[in-house]
Amino acid sequence: MSTLSSTKDRRGSAGLLFATPFLVLFVVLFLAPLAYAAYLSLFQTKLVGGTKFVGLDNYARAVADPLLLQGVLRVATFFVVQVPVMLLLALLFALALDSGLMRLARVVRLGIFVPYAVPSVVATLMWGYLYGPDYGPFAQLSRAVDLPVPRFLSEGWMLGSLANVVTWEFVGYNMIILYAALRTIPGDLYEAAAMDGAGAWRIAWSIKLPALRPALLLTLMFSVIGSFQLFNEPKLLQAIAPDVIDSAYTANLYAYSLTFIGQQPNYAAAVSFLLGLVIVIVSYVVLLTANRRRTP
Amino acid sequence: MPGSPQFTRRSFLAATGVAALGTALGGCGSSGTAPAAAVAPVSQADIDKAMATPTELTFWTWVPDIDQEVALFQRKYPAIKVTVVNAGRGTPAYTKLRTALQAGTGAPDVSQIEFQYIPTFTITDSLLDLRPYGAEALRDKFIDWTWGQVSGQGGEVWAIPQDTGPLGLLYRQDIFDRHGLKPPATWDEFADAARKLHAADPQVFLTNLAGNQAAAWHGLMWQTGAKPYTVSGASDISIKVNDEASKKLAKFWGGLAQEGVIGTEADFTDGWYAALNNGKYATWITAAWGPVFLAGAAKSTAGLWRAAPLPQWNAAKPASGNWGGSTTAVVKTTRNPIAAAIFAQFLNSDPESAKLFATKQFFFPATKALVADPGFVGDTPAFFGGQQVNKVFADVGSTVDPTFGWPPFLDQVVTDWTETVGKSLTAKTDAVAALDQWQSRITTFAQGQGFTVR
Repeated sequence: MSTLSSTKDRRGSAGLLFATPFLVLFVVLFLAPLAYAAYLSLFQTKLVGGTKFVGLDNYARAVADPLLLQGVLRVATFFVVQVPVMLLLALLFALALDSGLMRLARVVRLGIFVPYAVPSVVATLMWGYLYGPDYGPFAQLSRAVDLPVPRFLSEGWMLGSLANVVTWEFVGYNMIILYAALRTIPGDLYEAAAMDGAGAWRIAWSIKLPALRPALLLTLMFSVIGSFQLFNEPKLLQAIAPDVIDSAYTANLYAYSLTFIGQQPNYAAAVSFLLGLVIVIVSYVVLLTANRRRTP
Repeated sequence: MPGSPQFTRRSFLAATGVAALGTALGGCGSSGTAPAAAVAPVSQADIDKAMATPTELTFWTWVPDIDQEVALFQRKYPAIKVTVVNAGRGTPAYTKLRTALQAGTGAPDVSQIEFQYIPTFTITDSLLDLRPYGAEALRDKFIDWTWGQVSGQGGEVWAIPQDTGPLGLLYRQDIFDRHGLKPPATWDEFADAARKLHAADPQVFLTNLAGNQAAAWHGLMWQTGAKPYTVSGASDISIKVNDEASKKLAKFWGGLAQEGVIGTEADFTDGWYAALNNGKYATWITAAWGPVFLAGAAKSTAGLWRAAPLPQWNAAKPASGNWGGSTTAVVKTTRNPIAAAIFAQFLNSDPESAKLFATKQFFFPATKALVADPGFVGDTPAFFGGQQVNKVFADVGSTVDPTFGWPPFLDQVVTDWTETVGKSLTAKTDAVAALDQWQSRITTFAQGQGFTVR
């Protein structure tokens, strides 16, 4: 008995030892700033009058803030439209690559993945140039063939243009996750299916898709977080479309503007926490829906 | 904010007798109040001692090659070592400075600050009043309006002017010739020319008023005689961005935008640079730093541009505004106030150093001596067909109103402008109505920050 327990102890302390670097970084770089932000969100600092404790006033204000609501609704729309398109594309590419029927599969795989290796700032600057209404290649092409110039950066198109940039950036990333999951499916399942007379489509539908469910759920969770925290792309396109992307275009951009333009870091902290809460709720709803569908 | 500033300031004003001057020059400044102790001049003996004591100063600036000017200072004061740090230009630099000030550590001794941002830092009591270090003796060296910009409402001297940007008009001589236009003397003539030019050639616009450039708008407000922001006391502010003068401005530009005879695209973007090069715009309403900038940004149009003063609202009473330019300010947390203050003063008032800014960095000067210097105003750049461009802007400089002031929360004001007035220009909607929205947004913000808005 004693030998066993001491081995357990030793194992436990070794585990703790291995986890320590992570835990230290986790506490210093994640929990501590989070706690500090929570602390800040309970105060109010004014240019005239200084700092005072206001309890949950900032949260009360944020809940009723039309600019925050508008930002959250906009990223929610973005999520509902962009994420299905992106994941469907990622799924199609992953299935095509996995089917083994594609020529130059390695080149294609790399080609789809490369945009993810491009920093999102660079990607957005590049797309900002492509979208340009005067000198962008699309505009020049349209003019050359006497078609109306597409207004990628106009109010009506902007969300779609942003969705396109994000899709371009992240299809490859999601594809790799799905593709890796596909590679773990044992080959004998396919053989058995083939023996039973299943074709490629039937195999994809009845074996691959069900096996992909956990991986799909993972990519979906990442997408929830990514969509609701949309920041880099709108922030950068703001420079070339200042009349469309205002300082509260997305919820994250709003928090940023509150801090660095409005000098209201306290209120921004409250806004950030509420945004975090929204993300938790949406993630939970997504999980719940997915799990309910799993149980017949 | 420190307590009971009211009494302190009043007694200090009475004691020094600069009350009238302070109100006249800095009715616009910030609400920062100078403690009585700061006004007592530092003796020359103390200054001499400090300047001979080995000291290190940190100087945040975005000015390229400023080492040359700093070297002049160090030649005169070998005991003082100045470390130049490029902390970014404009807003990013201010964000860093604010962060350092809030953290209570890491702030520089001396910092580059644009004129319009001085009140943003005096409201938080972050700048050192330079009067005790002899700054007032420099007043006459500097162009009147620049001194007005660096003066606080209590007569404080918050910074020393370095470069300026009085507004003028750069225009394409070739396009003007082709369409029989001459530089418009009044805004009415300007509007007529805009309509005529665009009708004659739908590809060309007389000018572009960028919907993202609140600084240019403020320069034009300045010319029109608007007094949008007046801070008085520690917490009172009057906000009038939609007064009669501003409404006249909004009606004028909003009208031209709605007619579609001017451009409203964002400036300093790829499209805008291309437009300057390919003749989409026949003029650029810009500041005195514009000519040098344009010569670098639109190389393909060398020799085609000329400079003229801004069109006027009242030709009998020429006026202009300012866009850009900056100052050197001493950060209040410095542990070496004397050395820092002397450095800020030397850098911009020493004749050799000031001249170097004009000849090496191509800054448009802030000193009276340089804008009268034949070597400076007589320069005839080939880009402008040999015209004495500096002379045009030097003459404009004397017509800039010295009492225009800035709000203590400029970033918010600028963002709100872009989202109301700027947007209305681009969207061709009612710019005067947008002015009211702008007014109401700033008012709400100011109240939220604890100001009493009158």
